[in-house]
Amino acid sequence: MAQAERLSTWQTFQQRTKHGDVIFWLLTLFFALMVVALVAAVGYVAWVGSSEARGRFGLSFLFKTGWDPNAQNFGALPAIYGTLVSSGIALLIAGPLGILIGVFLSELCPQRFKSPLSFMVELLAAIPSVIYGMWGVFVFVPFFRSWVAAPIAKSVGKSFPLLAGPVAAGRGLMVAGIILAIMILPTIAAITRDVLAVVPNHQREAMLAVGATRWEMIRKAVLPYARAGIIGGLMLGLGRALGETMAALMVIGSVKDKISTSLFGGGITAASLVASELPNANDSMHESTLILIALVLFGITLCVNAFARLLVWQAARGPVGSARS
Amino acid sequence: MSEARLLTNTNSLRRNVAVGALVREREHTDTLAHKLEAKNFNFYYGTFQALSDISMVMREHSITAIIGPSGCGKSTLLRAINRMHDQTPGARGNGQLMLDGQNIYGPETDAVLLRRRIGMVFQRPNVFAKSIFDNIAYGLRIAGWHDRKQLAARVEQCLRQAALWDEVKDRLHSSALGLSGGQQQRLCIARAIAPRPEVLLMDEPCSALDPIATLKVEELMLELRREYTIVIVTHNMQQAARASDETAFMLMDPATRSGQLIEFGPTNRIFTNPQDKRTEDYVTGQFG
Repeated sequence: MAQAERLSTWQTFQQRTKHGDVIFWLLTLFFALMVVALVAAVGYVAWVGSSEARGRFGLSFLFKTGWDPNAQNFGALPAIYGTLVSSGIALLIAGPLGILIGVFLSELCPQRFKSPLSFMVELLAAIPSVIYGMWGVFVFVPFFRSWVAAPIAKSVGKSFPLLAGPVAAGRGLMVAGIILAIMILPTIAAITRDVLAVVPNHQREAMLAVGATRWEMIRKAVLPYARAGIIGGLMLGLGRALGETMAALMVIGSVKDKISTSLFGGGITAASLVASELPNANDSMHESTLILIALVLFGITLCVNAFARLLVWQAARGPVGSARS
Repeated sequence: MSEARLLTNTNSLRRNVAVGALVREREHTDTLAHKLEAKNFNFYYGTFQALSDISMVMREHSITAIIGPSGCGKSTLLRAINRMHDQTPGARGNGQLMLDGQNIYGPETDAVLLRRRIGMVFQRPNVFAKSIFDNIAYGLRIAGWHDRKQLAARVEQCLRQAALWDEVKDRLHSSALGLSGGQQQRLCIARAIAPRPEVLLMDEPCSALDPIATLKVEELMLELRREYTIVIVTHNMQQAARASDETAFMLMDPATRSGQLIEFGPTNRIFTNPQDKRTEDYVTGQFG
């Protein structure tokens, strides 16, 4: 009798856990679907809002230059070019530097400097972008113009149009790229540090035991092991650079209607174009065009993310013909 | 403690294993040269003394087993030999620990060059997430082997020596992670011997392996003894009994918690006629 009772209590308990599982599953499913719904909603709004501009320009909008709200003549190419080039410069600079900072913090830094330095790196990430922009305008742009851009334009630039003058204003794609690099540096450094920290010690010891120096150990055991995570960090940084609005707007020069052949020339990014013009867009065509620019930016980030997935997947797959592939 | 019990104990240990015969051929090791020698060696983690006053020798072309309960410092001692502790902040050794008469902790000793002379196999098979070939070639390239033909020849030679060649020769360029645990550990041994070290340290190399893989590794050790000086740390007393020439027994000093050497001598004597009561208790399974 007593045993039967105990059994039934046990059964009720089991049933209750089962219900709990179902509820928990539904709850998580709901929020997971919410993410999908949000992406769809944002995409839908951008798609519908841009229908007027899409109807008027068609696909050629992507390959056209020009920006004249009065004549209703718009082209997205300068914004696409500016976005990709400034973010590309940012990644080229911040990628190697960020990885090196991460390596130092995780592998080489003496224990007592580790926390303060890590804290500083994270602090760098917490500075609002408008402050970076301001610093760029007041400090970096004048310095860069007279000490870097002008000498380069005068020497190398003469035979190399990508680095040619004029550099009068100082603002341009290159400066924007460098400011963006500073902004995404902490992201890349912090992620690199974190993924290196979880590389198991036995991998390091295996390398040291065959007579590797510290550098060989890092290059041949630690970094390859963390490759997928580091690529993930780079892509996160690139994503931040692509979407950055304020700092880029303040230093890029806001040249919206044409592509400058030189990196020292002005330009515009998609995000800063939308941010700067949307408040003053007073006809529906202009507004619809800006939404279309936003849609293009959405597409660019989607492509970059898909590409990153591909890279991470390849990096995680291991050697060619591996058992896991 | 009766003599009879000690004898039965060791006899059953020996009967277990066919390879026992191999090692038993060599009852006298005292004529072999001292490859490694510890004289009053101490080791510290910060202020904590992990090893105190260790004095023993490890002879050339012989297998020295270090046994003892968990926490007795046997792994610390083994890892001190190739300065694996250099990575740990605050870890340092003092006293003498000599490799061919050169102090391992002397200021003139370079840890990287030292490790090229002293290979190591770890508790868990820690292969790189690379191909089988590259796992061995990595160490060789670091040691300056660049000629493709020589590299391939040496890789094959090592895999044969590690008794792995026949199992992997058709998939040298597939991932080492696809191998079984026992195969991975033999790959680690092949990797360790590839740069032709003089000493091979093994830190409980069989603790993650099944009995058959364990036997293979032991046979391998006896084979490798011809060319290398082998030092092995093991939890498994049967392993020490059947696959070593000399045995060191260590215990943690209950007062200071630092590891000390209780007894060192030919394996046969340690297991049949220990001088110290504590060794006797341990090898007859009366300890802990």
